[in-house]
Amino acid sequence: MSILVDEKTRLIVQGITGREGQFHAEQCMEYGTNLVGGVTPAKGGQTVLGKVPVFNTVRDAVKKTKANATMIFVPPAFASDAILEATDAGIKLIICITEGIPVSDMVEVYRYVKSSESRLIGPNCPGIISPGKCKIGIMPAHIHKKGNVGIISRSGTLTYEAVGQLTALGYGQSTCVGIGGDPIIGTKYIDVLELFQKDRGTKAICMIGEIGGSAEDEAAYYIKKHVTKPVIGFIAGQTAPPGRRMGHAGAIISGGKGTAEEKMKVMRSCGIKVVKSPADLGKTVAKVL
Amino acid sequence: MNIHEHQAKEILAKYGVAVPNGIVVNTPAKAADAARKLKTAIVVVKAQIHAGGRGKGGGVKLAKNPTEAKKLASKIIGMTLVTPQTGLKGRKVKKVLIEEGMPIDKELYLGILLDRQSSRVMIMASEAGGMAIEEVAEETPEKIIKEIIDPIIGVKPYLARKIAFALNLKGDALKKIIPLIINLYKAFIDEDFDMLEINPLVTTTDGRVLVLDAKVNIDSNALYRHKETLGYRDLDEEDPMEVEASKFNLNYIKLDGNIGCMVNGAGLAMATMDIIKHSGGEPANFLDVGGGADEEMIENGFRILLSDPHVKGIFINIFGGILRCDILARGVEIAAKKLKIKVPIVVRMEGTNMKEGHKILADSGINVIVANGMKDGAQKIVKAIR
Repeated sequence: MSILVDEKTRLIVQGITGREGQFHAEQCMEYGTNLVGGVTPAKGGQTVLGKVPVFNTVRDAVKKTKANATMIFVPPAFASDAILEATDAGIKLIICITEGIPVSDMVEVYRYVKSSESRLIGPNCPGIISPGKCKIGIMPAHIHKKGNVGIISRSGTLTYEAVGQLTALGYGQSTCVGIGGDPIIGTKYIDVLELFQKDRGTKAICMIGEIGGSAEDEAAYYIKKHVTKPVIGFIAGQTAPPGRRMGHAGAIISGGKGTAEEKMKVMRSCGIKVVKSPADLGKTVAKVL
Repeated sequence: MNIHEHQAKEILAKYGVAVPNGIVVNTPAKAADAARKLKTAIVVVKAQIHAGGRGKGGGVKLAKNPTEAKKLASKIIGMTLVTPQTGLKGRKVKKVLIEEGMPIDKELYLGILLDRQSSRVMIMASEAGGMAIEEVAEETPEKIIKEIIDPIIGVKPYLARKIAFALNLKGDALKKIIPLIINLYKAFIDEDFDMLEINPLVTTTDGRVLVLDAKVNIDSNALYRHKETLGYRDLDEEDPMEVEASKFNLNYIKLDGNIGCMVNGAGLAMATMDIIKHSGGEPANFLDVGGGADEEMIENGFRILLSDPHVKGIFINIFGGILRCDILARGVEIAAKKLKIKVPIVVRMEGTNMKEGHKILADSGINVIVANGMKDGAQKIVKAIR
């Protein structure tokens, strides 16, 4: 089994006529994701990728295609509006890939999405993949393998690193969720942990964090209380200088808080197997299984 | 993006927030003129650099007359100011703010920032103004008032009153701080601040409430809608190599080690720094070339890495997703030939078009050490520079 996305997922892509949007829409479709439509305002009526209808609004797309998920590839200045539109149209799963959305936009978006039935993943994330079933995102599909390890991560390429190690050792993944590198993200570690705990197809969880904020600490306390499956963790930025934003908007040690050391300590105290070296992620998961 | 104190005050004044009168100058003679113009018995001479803790480093002084202001300004302008936030190297002071002295009654603290846990904006206030809020939090956490703001409602008078009463204010100060808090929040939202720290916010013996110091950080992602704020950027306050990298959309942060790193993705870039350290080396930088890098970006990345004289070797760690390994390899080939790179290069490539990438490097004739996995790569580069 898997979480969040599978064979039943009906995907639309917001921003499907853009270069990036179209490229990744095609990649997802080739992987086997059921891509049912796209949205670009004022380009409704066109067809892209041979057979995918384009609509003017998300509401039109939902009405015609019964889409239940959307992947957003809209430039940062317009992405928060795209998330709001998808929420308003009642799409259950909104995955926003866009990086660089202003924080003040996300404060409003978060408030609105939380008051709705929708779930937002991201922004500034690689997306979600349930290997062999459905891919919504920009991750390289071929490194994945169907299996029973669940992965949650704030980073894109570091997730690929963990997946690559696991697949090379013969261990597949149930679902890999990139929750995003921004300070405000729609779905946090705890939300995904809850889903993995319930999912019968997930036997172990790999949690990849980084400096900044306290989301990993909150997740660790949650794991101690509610998660019975083994969790393997890593925190990137053990050598990062304080006060600097390390690429991701959310990766910053401020006021001495949010260091890797502190997070690793809390995670260890909550029973998570924390690896110091990112090269040990795969074999540590393998050992547990 | 960080801005200077006087710039932050300029923005806040537009929102009706009371700030002392002040004039920014870059010479001692102008400092004396400014002090004369301000006409107060005492003026304050304040170094304008982006780091906090300026008072502790000797960058903030009181002057009793224009002559003294001139003397103090001549000391401060041109000095290298070392504060707890500048690091040991310190920052060179080029400008000072000459500001009217205030008959201070109480020193308060007020900060507005993002609370990541609630994903909302939070106001922090304290009666213990004038000292670092981290110290207050450590020693007397009960003295910190926190209010989380619902973005739909914003800061309404009741909330500002709640904060004002918690700060034990009375009379004129109580009346004046309420609109001030509302206006500060308005400025924070409208101007896309990441962080606003007023320390101290003062009440005066003649019944005023003023922003005596202001530290502002603006959300870089929102600068596209604040063209006027862009003019506040002070390139002298940034590392020249970081400025150069930002021109090519490269995410570069200079560090103190000697192994240059080129990685795609922020998380992997941090993890690469970590694994170099675990392998006994020291990273010279953080460099995320991003997902959409092309040959030209790779070449520019190389140029920037090599302009750091401490770099003794380069470790390229790429997990190809959107960025294809063949594109990276071609970029490395072009850069290595054009820039005549003499330091050892270790390349670890995995993911999309890995085989093509390795073939390009092998056929190029350039001297690269190929690594199998990031641990192997880190160990190889540490060994290569010994």
